[in-house]
Amino acid sequence: MAEAFILIPGRTSRQGTTLNEGKYTDGYIEEISTLQVAPEDMQRLQLVDGDLVRVYNDVGEFTVPCKSARGDELPPGMLFISYGDNSSRLMGGDTQGCGMPDSKGLDVFLETTPG
Amino acid sequence: MSTIESSTATQEPTPELRVVEDATCTFCGCVCDDMELTVEGNRITKAKNACVLGKAWFFNHHIEDRPEALIDGQPAGYEQAMDRAADILLSARFPLTYGLSDTTTEAQRVAVAITDWIGGIVDTTTSVCHGPSGIAFQGVGEVTCSLGEVKNRADYVIFWGGNPAESHPRHFTKYSLMPKGEFVPNGRKDRTAVLIDVRKTKSAKAADYFLQVKPRRDFELAWALRALANGLELDAATIEETTGISLETLEEVMEGMKRAKFGVILFGMGLTMTRGKHFNSEAVLALARDMNKHTRWNAKPMRGHGNVTGADNVVSWSTGYPFGVHLGGGFPRFNPGEFTASDVLARGEADAALIIASDPMSNFSQPARDHLEGIPSVVLDPKLSDTARTAAVAFTTSTYGINTGGTVYRMDDVPIPLRPAFESPYKSDLEILRGIESRIRQRQLAGDVAGQSTGGTT
Repeated sequence: MAEAFILIPGRTSRQGTTLNEGKYTDGYIEEISTLQVAPEDMQRLQLVDGDLVRVYNDVGEFTVPCKSARGDELPPGMLFISYGDNSSRLMGGDTQGCGMPDSKGLDVFLETTPG
Repeated sequence: MSTIESSTATQEPTPELRVVEDATCTFCGCVCDDMELTVEGNRITKAKNACVLGKAWFFNHHIEDRPEALIDGQPAGYEQAMDRAADILLSARFPLTYGLSDTTTEAQRVAVAITDWIGGIVDTTTSVCHGPSGIAFQGVGEVTCSLGEVKNRADYVIFWGGNPAESHPRHFTKYSLMPKGEFVPNGRKDRTAVLIDVRKTKSAKAADYFLQVKPRRDFELAWALRALANGLELDAATIEETTGISLETLEEVMEGMKRAKFGVILFGMGLTMTRGKHFNSEAVLALARDMNKHTRWNAKPMRGHGNVTGADNVVSWSTGYPFGVHLGGGFPRFNPGEFTASDVLARGEADAALIIASDPMSNFSQPARDHLEGIPSVVLDPKLSDTARTAAVAFTTSTYGINTGGTVYRMDDVPIPLRPAFESPYKSDLEILRGIESRIRQRQLAGDVAGQSTGGTT
């Protein structure tokens, strides 16, 4: 069953360093393909680090491994992923007339995957 | 610079070892110009003073064994590729020039000129970064200062919607928190730091106050602070319910802001990329303006790339507007949402693109990426990026600041020279763009092009 969350894409040090190494390196792909979930939500959804989850909205979707956010970094109901191809898939074309698409604070659904 | 060389008759000569002092790092908008680079042959092996991002930048931009260019995925020489690039751009009815944040001011000028000659749109990565702030500047103005003034004067620093510990690692130590300055002689002890964000990031450890704002409520929080700055009374329950921050905390922060001698709000994508966008930036800029009734306050955007500020400056002085400029009528028109890259791509309007020093195929919205993949593009990049892989013509370029010199602008609009470390066999963005421009102009002046533009800035 899918639950509503708010997705925050953003910069991380590792995303910044690995993009210099190359956007086809294992390090970069891993960094932009790992979804951080608040510890309380991980527990509630019975998720462990590495479980695949599907995140989607009316624009697109991605399925990636999740991991628990550190400590109290993320409040419940919020997800974080490094900027990259996966976060871009959920960005729609509407910029509300300002040139900037909705790129943070995206309403999404998270679905745990079997297995 | 010092040079050490050694070789023997029976061994391969060891690479020349040089040290380049006061080199400039262009990974982020801090544009640190105190790098000490150790260069062995054509690789940088040490980067003293560089942060983790700077080191990754310097260590991973070495010479790769790639063709000068690719035309439809096949190796080609520069001359042939520049010919083909000119063909594509002259044939287009609605071409888009985009990117420019990781190249020199000198190259940016030529990119604007090309766009003028071909009657296209010139937009930069600003439009998906601090473009909303650029819109806000036009609405409420910018009370600004240099980073040197922050270092020497700022005793109250608010980081809003950013995570400098990960995005601008030396900002705290070089400019905004730690350094001892003329009027803050005790450094960190003389400063109060506030972090406002939806996530408790690594930067929170550096702050005295962490205000965890509710997602998409930065606008309301900024206006709450504006109300307090203007002496208005607020309802505590409403403020906490709306923003996630207690009124008591906001009042305490405001008292500190009023007591400051020199305050600064340094704001990032947490404001520009979320609900409100330019209204968020406008609210924060207006707050800084309001605070000047009490004491000296400033608000500055934290810029992410080495020369995105240069792009703002060049496009502004060339056209009168900072980004998203349509030159097709022979005069500049600015209308974000109409002439910005995300929009002209997502709506399927641009029919060709010239993409310089950026990778929109990695970062743009899905509709924009879908359309960009289907139109002919001319791409200049030192790396084979996603955008270069889908290009009709992809030029391999030398890397600014590592192989080529020129000028860049730090995030506070201070121009800084580049001191390259080693030469590259690849042409610079400037050389390639000049080659494309001269071909375009030759053909236009020969009457070889239908519907040629009458514009031009060089």
